[in-house]
Amino acid sequence: MAIGYYLTVGVFMGIFSILTISLNILTGYAKQVSLGHAAFFGIGAYTSAMLTTNYGLTFWQALPCVIIITAFIGTLLGLPSLRVSHDFLVLSTIGLNFIVGGVFRYFSFFGGSMGIIGVPPPRMFGSPLGNMGYFLLTLAFLILTILTSYYFSKTWGRLAMEAMGEDEIAAKSMGINVPKFKTYAFALSSAYAGIAGALWAHYVGSVFPGNFSFDRSVAILSMLVFGGMGTIRGALLGAFLLRLFPELFRFIQDYRMLVYGGILVVMIRFQPMGLLGKGSVLWNGLEWFARKIRGGPIQEGTT
Amino acid sequence: MIQNLLNAVVLGSTYSLIAIGLTMVYGILKILHIAHAGVYTLGAYIGLYALYAFDNNFWIALVLAMLATGIAGVLIYRGMYYYMLKESRIVPLISSIGLFIALQELFRLFAGPYQKAFPAKSGFPRVETSWFSLTSAQGLIIVLTAVSFLALYLIIGKTKIGLGWQVCEQDIDMAGAMGVNVNRSIALNFFISSMLAGAAGVLMALYRNSVYPTMGAMVSYKAFVVVVLGGFGNVTGCIVAGLLLAFVETFLGHLEWFEFPRDAIAFLVLISVLIFRPKGLFGRK
Repeated sequence: MAIGYYLTVGVFMGIFSILTISLNILTGYAKQVSLGHAAFFGIGAYTSAMLTTNYGLTFWQALPCVIIITAFIGTLLGLPSLRVSHDFLVLSTIGLNFIVGGVFRYFSFFGGSMGIIGVPPPRMFGSPLGNMGYFLLTLAFLILTILTSYYFSKTWGRLAMEAMGEDEIAAKSMGINVPKFKTYAFALSSAYAGIAGALWAHYVGSVFPGNFSFDRSVAILSMLVFGGMGTIRGALLGAFLLRLFPELFRFIQDYRMLVYGGILVVMIRFQPMGLLGKGSVLWNGLEWFARKIRGGPIQEGTT
Repeated sequence: MIQNLLNAVVLGSTYSLIAIGLTMVYGILKILHIAHAGVYTLGAYIGLYALYAFDNNFWIALVLAMLATGIAGVLIYRGMYYYMLKESRIVPLISSIGLFIALQELFRLFAGPYQKAFPAKSGFPRVETSWFSLTSAQGLIIVLTAVSFLALYLIIGKTKIGLGWQVCEQDIDMAGAMGVNVNRSIALNFFISSMLAGAAGVLMALYRNSVYPTMGAMVSYKAFVVVVLGGFGNVTGCIVAGLLLAFVETFLGHLEWFEFPRDAIAFLVLISVLIFRPKGLFGRK
């Protein structure tokens, strides 16, 4: 098969890795389960597509606007999370999919159900990016995402979010400003998702309301759960494997929602921390193996 | 006008019939049982195949569907939630979402993605007056919903089973210490709430004369909206909220200038209620 096919698969893998890492901030760290991530993804894609086609901006000029707008809308849509407990947040995020999809579909300002076509590819060094160039661009954004979210995972912000996710009342009594960090989580997470959306829109060249449905939100969540919530390595592995399987085994394509659903049930039931999460069987084994090679003392029960 | 009102009552009864199961499960376990939507669709499909097998007899189909969904509900509890009661809240939630999606896909694989007609013969009379007309399906929905609510009231208020639920709702560990068979109480709760969802599935299939794999999605999200509006775990509030949502939908849907899709209304209502009255319209403080 031509190299172009691998590059295309690679670009989508990269985009979904960015999405999964962004969901990891919200669901992995702050423990706010979101089934509306495709909505933020879609808002990013639509913003970028509209700015470039209707208002004549280039990809690079539109990108900062995309980040600002998605972060702003993410904050706005995250407001219900300040008032409701974990489980009912999920409902309002499911609703997000339908509301955002409905707005895109029913208002002619957003192109209606015909969507927006003719989104130009980004230009670099004076010429439009080809397949190879786009792959490298996606890779660059993915590495940037990994680095920034790794940096974030070493800051106070992540600790505060995890504390808040475990027990809100205890976190409050330790002096953590819960509403502030919840809003942060939503803003950060949706800004990353917006970047992924912009990358997607310019690669595919068109956006339709149906591209950002509830099914896609479920797919992103199951990638994260499969790989391991709360870790960047888990998010990467989950997105990588769940994008790879349908390509390797074509017949899975028909059953992919069944696979996503099944993964959510089985993983959570037997390995709630995912394949590579903290304390999972696989990760413990890897750590044990690494220590053995290094020759250091083997300690049981540490992670 | 009266006709619209009656249509809204019919719609609202099915919403509250599904929502009541969710409310019961949420009240006792504090689990958001999203897979309830799958149980509802299961009821419709079992009803459909029972119709094929028993010469389109509606009543046999209804009873079989209710039994099967009741058992399915108990299985879901014993096979899944039972192991997750001590885990953090996120765990049962995600597995419930997964189960719902997997169920929906299984229906699609086994029964095909197409809408199937629901050719039931119930023998229920059609009501026709000069002001309004009630088809036999609509009449059946109103009567059966009323009967099941009455039965549920009696169970909750007058029997030991209901007493057990109320105790578990207060404090599960304490209830166990006081000699309530907690497991049996929860299993019964799942049995009855799933039975109601199955009945709702059959009734909805009869009303719309169609069964399809994703029929659970929309209606059941609306059931969640009803649960939230009704104030979590409050059975009376749930019934009122179901009717209220149906009225709002019916009348907003009739306005000329209101172009927003009808199904999105429920979510707008949900999000605004969650922001302004997080305990629900009829919630206790």
